Amino acid sequence: MIFQPAIIALLLAAGLSLAMLAAASPFAVQLIRHWDIGSGSERQLRLERLTYLFSMMMALVCGLQILSTLLFVFNADRMAVMFVGAMCAVGTLNANAYGFPALYAQLALFFLAAVWLAINRLDNQARDYPLTRLKYALLLVYAPLAALVLYLQFKHFIHLEADVITSCCGSMFSEAADTVASELGTMAPRRAIALFYTALGAAVLLALWHWRGAGRRAWGGLAVGASSVAAFFAALIGIVAFVSLYIYEHPNHHCPFCILKPEYGYQGYLLYVPLFTAAAAGLAAGVLTPFARRPSLATLAPRASARLAGIAAAGFALFAAIASVMVLRSNLILIA
Amino acid sequence: MNRWIEKQRHLIDFTASSLARRKGKSLGLLVVYTLLVFVLASVSLYTHALRNEATRVLAGTPEIVLQRLIAGRHDLVPPGYVEKIGRMRGVQKIEGRLWGYYYDSVLKANYTFMVPADRNIAEGEITVGPALERSRGLAAGNGISFRAYSGELHTFIVTGVLAHESELVSADLVLMSEADFRRFFAYPEGHYTDIALWVANPQEVRNVGRKLIDALPDSRPILREEVLRTYASVFDWREGMMLALLSAAILAFGIFAWEKAAGLSAEEKREIGILKAIGWETGDVIAMKFWEGFLVSLLAFLLGYVAAYVHVFHFEFALFAPVLQGWAVLYPSFALTPRIDGVQVATLFVFTVLPYTAATLVPIWRAATTDPDTVMRS
Repeated sequence: MIFQPAIIALLLAAGLSLAMLAAASPFAVQLIRHWDIGSGSERQLRLERLTYLFSMMMALVCGLQILSTLLFVFNADRMAVMFVGAMCAVGTLNANAYGFPALYAQLALFFLAAVWLAINRLDNQARDYPLTRLKYALLLVYAPLAALVLYLQFKHFIHLEADVITSCCGSMFSEAADTVASELGTMAPRRAIALFYTALGAAVLLALWHWRGAGRRAWGGLAVGASSVAAFFAALIGIVAFVSLYIYEHPNHHCPFCILKPEYGYQGYLLYVPLFTAAAAGLAAGVLTPFARRPSLATLAPRASARLAGIAAAGFALFAAIASVMVLRSNLILIA
Repeated sequence: MNRWIEKQRHLIDFTASSLARRKGKSLGLLVVYTLLVFVLASVSLYTHALRNEATRVLAGTPEIVLQRLIAGRHDLVPPGYVEKIGRMRGVQKIEGRLWGYYYDSVLKANYTFMVPADRNIAEGEITVGPALERSRGLAAGNGISFRAYSGELHTFIVTGVLAHESELVSADLVLMSEADFRRFFAYPEGHYTDIALWVANPQEVRNVGRKLIDALPDSRPILREEVLRTYASVFDWREGMMLALLSAAILAFGIFAWEKAAGLSAEEKREIGILKAIGWETGDVIAMKFWEGFLVSLLAFLLGYVAAYVHVFHFEFALFAPVLQGWAVLYPSFALTPRIDGVQVATLFVFTVLPYTAATLVPIWRAATTDPDTVMRS
């Protein structure tokens, strides 16, 4: 099924990303070894000049990965009609062993891309580019992951066969199945709701506090990062355990992918876009905090971290508000 | 934040005026870019609309059609089969259907003759599809004769023409009464062409199909979801093939964009040199070039997409229709329902804007890092 337009587009994007990263990797090694901002040697000047090119390339790759993540989920959902037993993206991803790993790798790449972009932005603001080495070290981490994504996606798409009977989300999130997903599905609604609002509330409050304090407290930034990650997982658990039930108005349908379908008015995108934006911003806010120790970033890093925390707070609050409205507007009575 | 926006605004301003100064060059790129978007968008809009149309048309069809096979070939359903299926749990309605093909040597085209279940047609009368109405010049009240396969001539009175909205499926249809049908084709009494079954619960369809095979081992159930899936993959495959063929065009466009971006005129080089000499940083020049690419891409994307939309939904995809829609003598003329969808737009974006951006990366960098003094001296 490689001749699907969206699949060609995804593979093109992944292939191009990998090609650019591969081209940048030898340069990254060179830069890590020889970078010295104080030197005026010819090599240093050449390196400085080349960083513009490779920073542009990386920014393009990161932007591309964010688009690819959306397209990958979009496409998995769309292709479900072609598989026996599939009702939504879960069926497509389950059609062979590579589907879910490809999704997870793509998500990891998405968050790494967001963090890289934040570091790059901060680095470009400082006079002496203090994070250049780190940026290119991260690039070397990024490249194998991009290769893995391309490999998994290629394997997933090339092994998609229409006569494979795949499983639908109903069986994956059912109470009988013995998976993490079904564990989440069977979680008592009250506990899930408590966890959901506690984690999100904590993340919003911490991020707001960090934002108000202009990011001056280093541990505040770290707390924002940690709480964002926690809130992200709590939010996903909450979506599986109760938000989806209210959207479908069905006490046993736990799927976090069906909410992306037109039958449910694409409500899933309303939830996931703010959630992912907030999680990425919160994570980046945490990652940027320790850089305040470098002299040239002493004021810049806290400011950038605070701004990201502000975005995270807004995103999580928006997400929680949208989820709450969906729950309140629903006709389902889950808790009598 | 405001300062940042202000800066970008000025950069965009500057870029727009510099693009306007180099009208010939910018226009050439814009035309080629727009053309590429137009072709790709036409293909994807059209296949998407066709897919939707197929889904819409099939929505009203029975969940299962049961055919009888002899030596792997489709054969008539003998008497007693409908009763043998009897009352199967989950099946709402069972119906023996009568239909067949008739070759009309006048038009050199095939008609589909059918006995409708949902309407009564008196003996000696027929209702025809819109394409037949057009090509044979029929209207209500006219008489028409068909020569049966036995050699006899049968005359029918046309009492009505089917609605134009359903033309995609009814173009070549001729509806007649059961008695006429059996007489015309010398169809054995009690036999049917196939059996249609309506199943209420979509999740039960496969189970019903399995039970049917158990009960009637010489039969083949065809599920509606299978038909839908086949249509979807056929259309997707055609679109994918078109795109694969067009990849040469995308590649050519990438090379063209590279050339355009790399071939900086002496004047442009001087411009960048002066900008840097008066204090622009490399990052600013890159930002300017980025906005240039962005403006060109946005304009080309919008123009190409709108042109493709008009082409597909107002001019019936006139340029590429033969490649994608298939062929028939009595071809239905149908208007597609306009529909834009996110996956398609994102895919199109990857196919057009991405190659452009990737191709212009190195030239932009090269232009932005030129030393002002080398430029001014040369």
